[in-house]
Amino acid sequence: MRWLLAAALAVLLALPLVLSSYAVTVFIFIFFYAFLGQAWNIVGGYAGQLSAGHAAFVGIGAYASAVLSAQAGLTPWIGMLVGGALSAALGTLVGYLGFRFGLRGFYFVLLTVAFAEVCRIVALNTDAVGGALGYYITFTGNPRQFQFQDNRVYYYIALGLMLVATAVVAAIERRRFGAYLIAIREDESACEALGVNTFRYKMLAMVVSSFLTGVGGTFYAFYLFSLQPNSVFGIPLSVEIIIRPIVGGAGTVLGPILGSFILSPLAEAARVYLGQGGWSGAHLIAYGVLLIAVVLFLPQGAYPALRRLWLRPTPR
Amino acid sequence: MAVGLTLIFGVMRVVNFAHGDMMVWGMYLAWLLATRAGVDPYVGFAACAAVLFVLGLIVQRLLVDRIVDAPHEMQILLMLGVALVLENAALVAFGPDPQRVRSPLRAATLWLGPLFVDVARLVTFALAMALTVALYLFLQRTDLGRTMRAAADNAYGALVIGADVRRVYAAAFGIGAACVGAAGALVSPILPFQPAGGLSLSVASFNIVIIGGMGSLPGAFLGGLLVSVAESLGAVFLSPSMKELVSFSLLIVILLFRPAGLFGRAAT
Amino acid sequence: MPVLLEVSGLSRRFGGLQAVHDLSLSMGPDEVLGLIGPNGAGKTTAFNLLSGFLAPDTGAIRFDGRSIVGLPPHAICRLGLCRTFQIVRPFPRLSVLDNVRVGALSRRPRMAEARERARAVIEQVGLGAKIDQPATGLTLAERKRLELARALATEPRLLLLDEVMAGLNPAEIEAMVALVRGINATGVAILLIEHNMRAVMSLSHRIAVLNFGEKIVEGEPAVVANHPRVIEAYLGEEYVHAPSG
Repeated sequence: MRWLLAAALAVLLALPLVLSSYAVTVFIFIFFYAFLGQAWNIVGGYAGQLSAGHAAFVGIGAYASAVLSAQAGLTPWIGMLVGGALSAALGTLVGYLGFRFGLRGFYFVLLTVAFAEVCRIVALNTDAVGGALGYYITFTGNPRQFQFQDNRVYYYIALGLMLVATAVVAAIERRRFGAYLIAIREDESACEALGVNTFRYKMLAMVVSSFLTGVGGTFYAFYLFSLQPNSVFGIPLSVEIIIRPIVGGAGTVLGPILGSFILSPLAEAARVYLGQGGWSGAHLIAYGVLLIAVVLFLPQGAYPALRRLWLRPTPR
Repeated sequence: MAVGLTLIFGVMRVVNFAHGDMMVWGMYLAWLLATRAGVDPYVGFAACAAVLFVLGLIVQRLLVDRIVDAPHEMQILLMLGVALVLENAALVAFGPDPQRVRSPLRAATLWLGPLFVDVARLVTFALAMALTVALYLFLQRTDLGRTMRAAADNAYGALVIGADVRRVYAAAFGIGAACVGAAGALVSPILPFQPAGGLSLSVASFNIVIIGGMGSLPGAFLGGLLVSVAESLGAVFLSPSMKELVSFSLLIVILLFRPAGLFGRAAT
Repeated sequence: MPVLLEVSGLSRRFGGLQAVHDLSLSMGPDEVLGLIGPNGAGKTTAFNLLSGFLAPDTGAIRFDGRSIVGLPPHAICRLGLCRTFQIVRPFPRLSVLDNVRVGALSRRPRMAEARERARAVIEQVGLGAKIDQPATGLTLAERKRLELARALATEPRLLLLDEVMAGLNPAEIEAMVALVRGINATGVAILLIEHNMRAVMSLSHRIAVLNFGEKIVEGEPAVVANHPRVIEAYLGEEYVHAPSG
């Protein structure tokens, strides 16, 4: 397995040399959403705390670094850490409220959605950050401002982000933290009886997840150059974030990556072929169907199923 | 509308995320009936309820039934999937712009003591109350209704006494969906609706149901009154665009302090 | 005799029902104390109170000299008091090894050490053959052992076993009795809720009998078995003769 991954990595590193600009864009899309999905994976996949409001963290990270860059001249390279920290602060709040008040399952999902929507509405109504018209970043192409002329730099940054998030998740899985999160997902009360401080570990997962997602917000801002509250805080983005790990395999290291490689090209194709006219929601219908299909037929996601297929021919 | 949600949850312990989106379909159906067939929504709501009943049955039989015993995460994801499909199918079919249904009753108003009352709203209220009472009687008096309540209290026990639990579940889901379809139709002349509105309707439903207590019918009714009052007050004091903020903030507060509700039992 | 667990005046009510009333017990570090009583007598509630899953209305609980009232379950487990559940709760999608490892991690934060400890415990309870199987594939008797193994992996000083024999056939019960006795022999005190009288009589050094939330009798098995108040409490379920142990 290792050599397969190493080879894949080598290929990915070399790709921009041969790909068209458009293809590079698609890969950026794949890597970036894999990154966001991986960050979500920590709290949603491993700990089993479904958050359908992770877009809030993207939004906070995005607006924070964008505003700091424009008003205070703070380079987004540092701004991303600030954005991450602010997102982590919100994550701490949501986590604290949710876990302290014993909100599980469906109630927790609602809480996260509510917070994301509140953020969205606040952003819509705050003229200082552009309100409903959105916030725009002037293009300067200056690397110190996290802007690059060449698409391919974004490619490597997105790839880097994806690898960092994956490394974090792999490290977590190897340690007690990961084992505890998985157990918490299975049965919280049993964990408590076995000496696991479930509150602490859920909080930790939430903080790490929201921090990473917030960092991703900076990439979003300085890649797209425009921030619309409905897009960057909205439910469709939260859905995009969670669907890749779920389809690819929540609670696994490679799941979100696999999910993104499967879904991002499809979403892009849908956007290109169906995006015009009245079909703008079509790819979300496909997401809905896919979600249903995964729940019914492949509850653990594509990666575990593939792995079973891969391992089966080998006699034990 | 909230009554439908609480019925589904109470009987099956499955939370229907697609609730609001089903309601939106109810609204669009009413609109279709009104514009294509010239049927007034106050009459046509029965048809909308029927269609949504069938839709509910289909969803339940095909999908929900399979995951009744699955971990909660799976149920949530499934209903999210359904919600996505419904919402975006509406988007594709009807376009994103808000619609309203014309009803001859719309323009009429009445003096009711010192208050200026909109006839349309009055009829909506009256019909909704009538339906709620009918549902309540159904649950109390008929066999199927009683079985549903038994299943809600104790699914395993209901199985033991020979109730066809699957049928009960299907009926519960169907009726819940029908309620929502009717609600959508009844409200369609009053509120503008659009495909994206599914979420705020779901949120409103959840607000109501959680306040009143998941699984409790009187609770849902009371909750409905409470939440409407709260939202109206909010609309008076805040700008219209912030009204949504009120419902979400309300949801957060309710979630934190009352997951068991006023009358209901706590979810597992 | 040094005291490991000291409970005094423990009470808890739920709405109109007084589930546990003025309960007092004490246990030494090597004892097996049996807790018996008709259904609804408050035994599992007592366990929930002791293990931190429920807060008492009044009363004191001292474990190894310190008060544990108000501590969360995970903290109590770390102090050395671990419980099992009446309806077993294995982590369904995890293997036997991974299940037990969760328990072991509470004492041995390093994954490799926890794994070793888990293996040892699994051997001890006799589940070695199923070590890599997912928990859902086990029989009930095996799941009970798994539950026991998980709790044992936390290296407890006192183990609360909630109806660990329930649902087992006679052969399985005998095996479980031997296992529990073996665990006690390694220095773990055991507080045992059980309905199977043979098992309780043969395992326990002392027995406490609960009825309607109150302790009505406490003493050695032979004494308790013949006590008129006990027989009265169990009306119709007479286990009058203590079996040879």
